[in-house]
Amino acid sequence: MAGLIILGFFLIVALAAPLLADSRGLSPVGATGGVLDPPSLDYPMGTDDLGRSVLTLTIWGSRISLMVGFFATALSMVIGAVIGIAAGYYGGWRETAMMRFTDWFLVIPFLPLAIVLASILGRSLFNIILVIGITSWPGTARLVRAQTLSVKERPYVERARALGAGDWHLITRHILPNVFPLIFANTILVVAIAILSETTLSFLGLGDPLRISWGTILEFAFNGGAASRGAWWWLLPPGVAIVLVVLAFTMCGYALDEILNPRLRRR
Amino acid sequence: MGARRYLTAKVVQALFTLAFVLVFNFFLFRILPGNPAQILARQRRLPVEAVRELERDFGLKDPLPQQFVNYAGDTLRANFGISFKFRRPVGEVIQGRIWPTVLLVGVATIGSTVIGLLIGIYGAWRRGSGFDMGSLGFSLVTYAMPEFWLGMILLILFASTSGLELFPLGNIRTPGGPASGIAHLLDVGRHLFLPALTLILALLGEYALIMRSSLLDVMGDDYIVTARAKGLREAQVLRRHAVPNALLPTVTLVALNLGFVVSGAITVETVFSWPGLGLLTVEALQAPDYPLLQGLFLLFSVAVIVANLIADLIYGYLDPRVRVA
Repeated sequence: MAGLIILGFFLIVALAAPLLADSRGLSPVGATGGVLDPPSLDYPMGTDDLGRSVLTLTIWGSRISLMVGFFATALSMVIGAVIGIAAGYYGGWRETAMMRFTDWFLVIPFLPLAIVLASILGRSLFNIILVIGITSWPGTARLVRAQTLSVKERPYVERARALGAGDWHLITRHILPNVFPLIFANTILVVAIAILSETTLSFLGLGDPLRISWGTILEFAFNGGAASRGAWWWLLPPGVAIVLVVLAFTMCGYALDEILNPRLRRR
Repeated sequence: MGARRYLTAKVVQALFTLAFVLVFNFFLFRILPGNPAQILARQRRLPVEAVRELERDFGLKDPLPQQFVNYAGDTLRANFGISFKFRRPVGEVIQGRIWPTVLLVGVATIGSTVIGLLIGIYGAWRRGSGFDMGSLGFSLVTYAMPEFWLGMILLILFASTSGLELFPLGNIRTPGGPASGIAHLLDVGRHLFLPALTLILALLGEYALIMRSSLLDVMGDDYIVTARAKGLREAQVLRRHAVPNALLPTVTLVALNLGFVVSGAITVETVFSWPGLGLLTVEALQAPDYPLLQGLFLLFSVAVIVANLIADLIYGYLDPRVRVA
C-alpha cells in the first residue's frame, strides 16, 4: 500500500513536471542560482556547479528515469515471454538450445556486458533502453518456461488440441492468459532493477548526454566533485528518489506475488 | 559413480559456457555497427588509407571463419592485443591492476558474508522482534540503493572537508607515503576502509535475507523438535542442528553473487579511484579502448563462470542429494 502511494506520487511528479518546475532551469544558460549554493528559500535543495536548482533537475529527471525503467522492462518482458513460452511449449532440442542461451545470459555479469554493449552502440536514450532490455530478460524467460510447462499439460489444453487447435491458437488463447499474471508480477520487480541499471549506466557516462535523469545528475555530481566538496544537497535528492522508487516497486512486486501465489502467504 | 558424473557434467557445462563467451566476444566487436577499424576511424577522423591499414592489421580482410580461428588461438595463448590507451599488451595492463580488485572484492565478500549470516541467524531466531524488523527494513533499503551513491554519501560523511576527514578521499595509498612494512599495510588499510564498507553494506542485506528465510524453513523441521525434546539448550539447537542445514543455500549464493560483486566493484572503484579492474574498465570505456574492454569483459565472464562452477561443486559436496538427481 505504501509502495503504491510512493509510486503514485512519483508518477504525478513526472507527469506534472512542467507545472512544478520551469524547464528553462535545466539548461546551464538559463540557470539563475549561484555555484553550489546550499539549500535556501529560493532553491530548496540547493544548486549544482552550474547554478541550476537541484530540485528542478530531480523533478525533470524523474521523467527520463521512469520512462527508461518502463520501456526497458517492456522490452525485457517481451523477449523473456517469447523465449520462455516457445521453449516450454515446443520442448525438445529447441527448448534445450533456448534454455542454454538463457542460462548463458544469466551467468554473464550484467554490468560488464551492458558496458560493452552500450559503448559499442553509442550514447542515446534508445540505446540505453535497448541495452537494459536485452540484458535483463533471462530471469523472466525461466519463470515463464516453468509455468508454460505446467499449463500445457492441463486437460483443457489437451481438449483444445483434440478439437484441432493449432500452435498459435493454443499459445495465444490458452497458454498466454495463464502465464500472464506471473509475467505481470515479475514485471514490477524488473522495473526496479531497470531503474537501478539506468542509474548505474548513466553514472558511468553511458546515458544520453542531452537528457537529464537521476543517473545523469549523479554523474554530473560525481564529476563536479560533489563528494569531496561536501555538496550533500546535490547527491541527496536524486539518490533518495531512486531509493524510494525502487523500494516502492519491490514492495508492490512482493505484495502482488503474494496475492497471485497463495502458497507464499504466511501459514 | 554419481559424484563423478555430476562433476563431469558441471565441468562440461562450464566449458560450454566459456566457448559461448568466446564466440560472443568475437562477434560483438566485429559485427555490431561496423568493425573495430571503422569505430576507431569514427573516433579519430582517420583518412581512408589509414583505415585500410588498420583493417589489415586487425586481419579484417580475412574470411570470417579464419578470423575466428585466429582470434580463438590468440585468446588461448593469452594474447589479447594491444591497448589503444596504454600502448602496451592488454594482458600486461590487466595484470598490473588485478590485485587491488582481488583485495577489495575479497574483503567485501568475507565481511558481508560473516555479518550478513549473523544478522540473518539472529533475526530468524528472534523472529518478529524489533531487531528482526529493523534488519529486514535495512536489507530492503540497501538493496534499493545504488552502491556508488552510498559510496559518495560515505565520502561526504567521513572523508570530505565538510565531514569528519577520518579517511582519505581515494586511491589505494598515500602518494609518496610508506612503500613497505607495517606502515604501508596500515596506509592501504585506511584507504581500503570506505570502499570495502560500501560494498559490504550493499551486499549484506541479501545474505541476511537468504539466511533468515532458510533458517526459518529449517526451524519447522521434525529433527529440530527432536533436538529440543531431548533437552538441548536453544543455542545448541541452533548451532548444532539448525544453522549447518540452513547454510546450504547461502553458501552457493555467495559464489553465485560474484557477478554482482564485480558490477559493484566497477562503480565503487570509480567513486574511490581505487586502482583496480573496475576503474580500468571505466578508463577503457572513456578512451574508448576496445581491445582492453574486450579483454576485461572476457576476464570478468571467466571469473564468474569459474565461481559458478565452484558453487555447483561445493553444493554437490555439501548436499549429496544434488549429485543423484
